[in-house]
Amino acid sequence: VAELLFWPALFFYGEAAVGYLGDARHPGRPGRLATWGVRLGWLTQTALLAAQAARHDGFPWGTWASSLNLFVWLVVSVYLVWGCRTPYRLLGLAVMPLAVALLVAARAGGGTGVGVASHYSTLFLVLHVGLVLAAFAGFTLAAGLSGLYVWQERRLKSSPLTILRRQMPALATLDSLALRTVAWSVPLLTLGVAVGLGRLVSRHDPMDAVIAVTVVTWAVWCSYLGLRLLGGWAGRRAAYLALVGFVLVVVVRVVIPGSHFG
Amino acid sequence: MIRLVLVGTSHHHAPVELRERVALERDAAQALAARLAEGGREAVCLSTCNRTELYVASDDAESAERDAVAALAALEPEVEPALYRLQDRAAVLHLFRVAAGLDSLVPGEGEILGQVRVAHELGMTGVFLDRVFRQALHAGRKVRAQTAIGESPASVSSAAAALAEQVFGSLDGCAILLLGAGKMSEQASRNLRSRGATIALVANSRTDRPEIEAALATVDVVIASTNAPGTVLDAGAVSRASAGRRGRQLLLVDLAVPRDLDPAIRDLDGCYLYDIDDLEQIVAETLSGRRREAERAESLVAAEAEKFHEWHASLDVVPAIASLRAKAEEIRAGELQKAESILGRLDDSQRKAVESVTAQIVNKLLHLPTVRMKQAAAAADGVLYAETVRHLFGLGEDER
Repeated sequence: VAELLFWPALFFYGEAAVGYLGDARHPGRPGRLATWGVRLGWLTQTALLAAQAARHDGFPWGTWASSLNLFVWLVVSVYLVWGCRTPYRLLGLAVMPLAVALLVAARAGGGTGVGVASHYSTLFLVLHVGLVLAAFAGFTLAAGLSGLYVWQERRLKSSPLTILRRQMPALATLDSLALRTVAWSVPLLTLGVAVGLGRLVSRHDPMDAVIAVTVVTWAVWCSYLGLRLLGGWAGRRAAYLALVGFVLVVVVRVVIPGSHFG
Repeated sequence: MIRLVLVGTSHHHAPVELRERVALERDAAQALAARLAEGGREAVCLSTCNRTELYVASDDAESAERDAVAALAALEPEVEPALYRLQDRAAVLHLFRVAAGLDSLVPGEGEILGQVRVAHELGMTGVFLDRVFRQALHAGRKVRAQTAIGESPASVSSAAAALAEQVFGSLDGCAILLLGAGKMSEQASRNLRSRGATIALVANSRTDRPEIEAALATVDVVIASTNAPGTVLDAGAVSRASAGRRGRQLLLVDLAVPRDLDPAIRDLDGCYLYDIDDLEQIVAETLSGRRREAERAESLVAAEAEKFHEWHASLDVVPAIASLRAKAEEIRAGELQKAESILGRLDDSQRKAVESVTAQIVNKLLHLPTVRMKQAAAAADGVLYAETVRHLFGLGEDER
C-alpha cells in the first residue's frame, strides 16, 4: 500500500511545483491548481506515512531515507498552515520543487517502503528524530520566507512600477512570520539535540559530522533568535542569516548523512 | 407600457465650468426628482462632480424627456447642447455602466456606487425605477467583486498607500511624519489615515531640526511635500535615525518638485523611497490594468442589463398569465363544487388528496405556457402571445 501511495503523492507534489511555476509567469488558475496539488499530495503522503506506521512495529522513520520522507511531510505541513493563501504562492515555488526532489531521494534510498527495524527505542526516535525534523521543517519554511523577503525587498527598491502587479505578503509580515517560525523551531531543535546528546553521553558513543554540524546549526538559529529579539536585527540582515542557517540544514540533511542514521 | 428616459451631461460632454453649474446638492437633487415625478411618474436625480443625470420613468417618454431637458436647462441654459438623451435599453445600460464605474473618469472608481445608492434613496421611485436602480447597484457590486477593476490604485495618494501596505501589511498603528502640509501630502496622509495610520508630527519650516530627527526614529512613513528649493532631509539624517529604529522599515514618499528627500536614502537598508515620478508611473501602469479589466466588466454589465430587460418585458405578459391562472383555478374550484355530492362522502385526508391532485394537474398544464410566454416576452413577442392566450382562453370576456 505504501508503495502504491508514493506515486500519487509524488504526482500531486509535482503538479503543484509545475503549477507554482506557471503561476509565477501568469498568476491565477495555475496557482489555484497548484494549491490543490499541495493539499491532495499532503493527504496522500499522510496516508503513506500512516501505512508505513501501521506495517512497522515501532518508529518507521529512523533511517536517513525514511526520515527524509517524514521531513518532506513536515515541510509541506508547515507550508500548508498559510501557504494556500494567494500572496504566499511564490513560497510554494521554493517549497514544492524541494519536496519533490527530497521525496524522490527518499524513494531512491528505500525510505517510502515498510522500513527496517531500528536498534533504538521508539520513544528515543520519536523524541530525537521527530523533534529535530520538525525543527528543520520550520527552519526550511523560515528560510523560504526570508528568501521571499529578500526578493520582495529588491523589487520594492528597484522596480516599484511592477510591485503591485503580483499579490505578495508585506515585508513586515514576512519578517515577523519568519521570526515566529524560528521561535517555534529553536526549542524543538534544542530538545531534540539534547535528547540525542544525552544518549550519546550515556552510551559513550563517538561524535560524528552530523552531530557536529547540527550543533553549529542550532547555534546559528539561536543567534538568529537572539539577534532579532535582543540585538534589534530585522529585515534584510536577519533574512540573510536565516538563509545561512538553511544552508546548514541542507548540509545536515542531505550532504553529510553518513552513518548517523540506521 | 412604462418607459425609461435619461437626460444628463457628464465629463465626456461638458467641461467642469459647465458641469458645476448644473451640479446639485442632495436637497436640490431630491426636490428636482420630486418635481419631475409629479403626475404619476418616477424620477431620480444623480448629481456628482462628474455628471448630472435625470432618470424618469413614465408611460409618456416624449413629455418626460421634454420636462427633464427643461429642468436642466432651467439650471443653466448653456448646458442644453451638452445634454445626452437616452431611452429604455440604452438608458438602462448607461446607468448600469455608471454604477460599475465604467463611465467614470478613472475606470472602476468605487465612489460612484455610493453616489448611485444615495441618488436612489433620495429619488421618487416606484416599482419600475426602484428595480432599475437596485439592479444597477447589484451590477456595480458584482463588477467590483468579480473583476480586479477597483483593486489597483488610481491616484498618486492611493499609490502611496498601496506601497505602504506592501511594506507594512496592515497600516493600523503606523505613524506618519508629514514634512510640509501641501494639498498632495494632505491627500496622501488622508488615504493612509483611512487605513489606520496616525499622524505623529506635521513639520514645517519653523519645526526644530532635532525634533524632526527624533520623529524619524519612531515613525513608519514620511511624506514630504514642501516648497523648499533644495533637499530637506538628507541620507545622513535618515541613517542616524535608523540606529534607533531596530531594523524597522521606513517608507518615504517625496511628492515635492524639486525633491525634498535625498535620493541616496534609497540605498539605505530598510528605507524605501519613492518620488512623484515613481508614483505617477505606478498609477499609469495600474490604469492600463483597469482598462483591461473594464472589458470583462462590460460583459458582466451587459448580462445584468439583459436580465433587467427580461424582467421588464415579462411585465407585458404578467396580467395575461395571472388571468389564465385565475381562470384555471376558477374552473378547478367549480368542478370540485359540482362533484360535491361524491366528494362529500370522502374523509378529510381523501378530500385533501383530491384537492392536491387537481391543483397539480392545473399547475403542470400551465407551467410550460407560462414559461414560454415569459420567454416570448423577452424576445419582444410578448404582447402578441398575451393577446393570443387571452383570445384562445376567452380571458377577460366575462368583464366585457
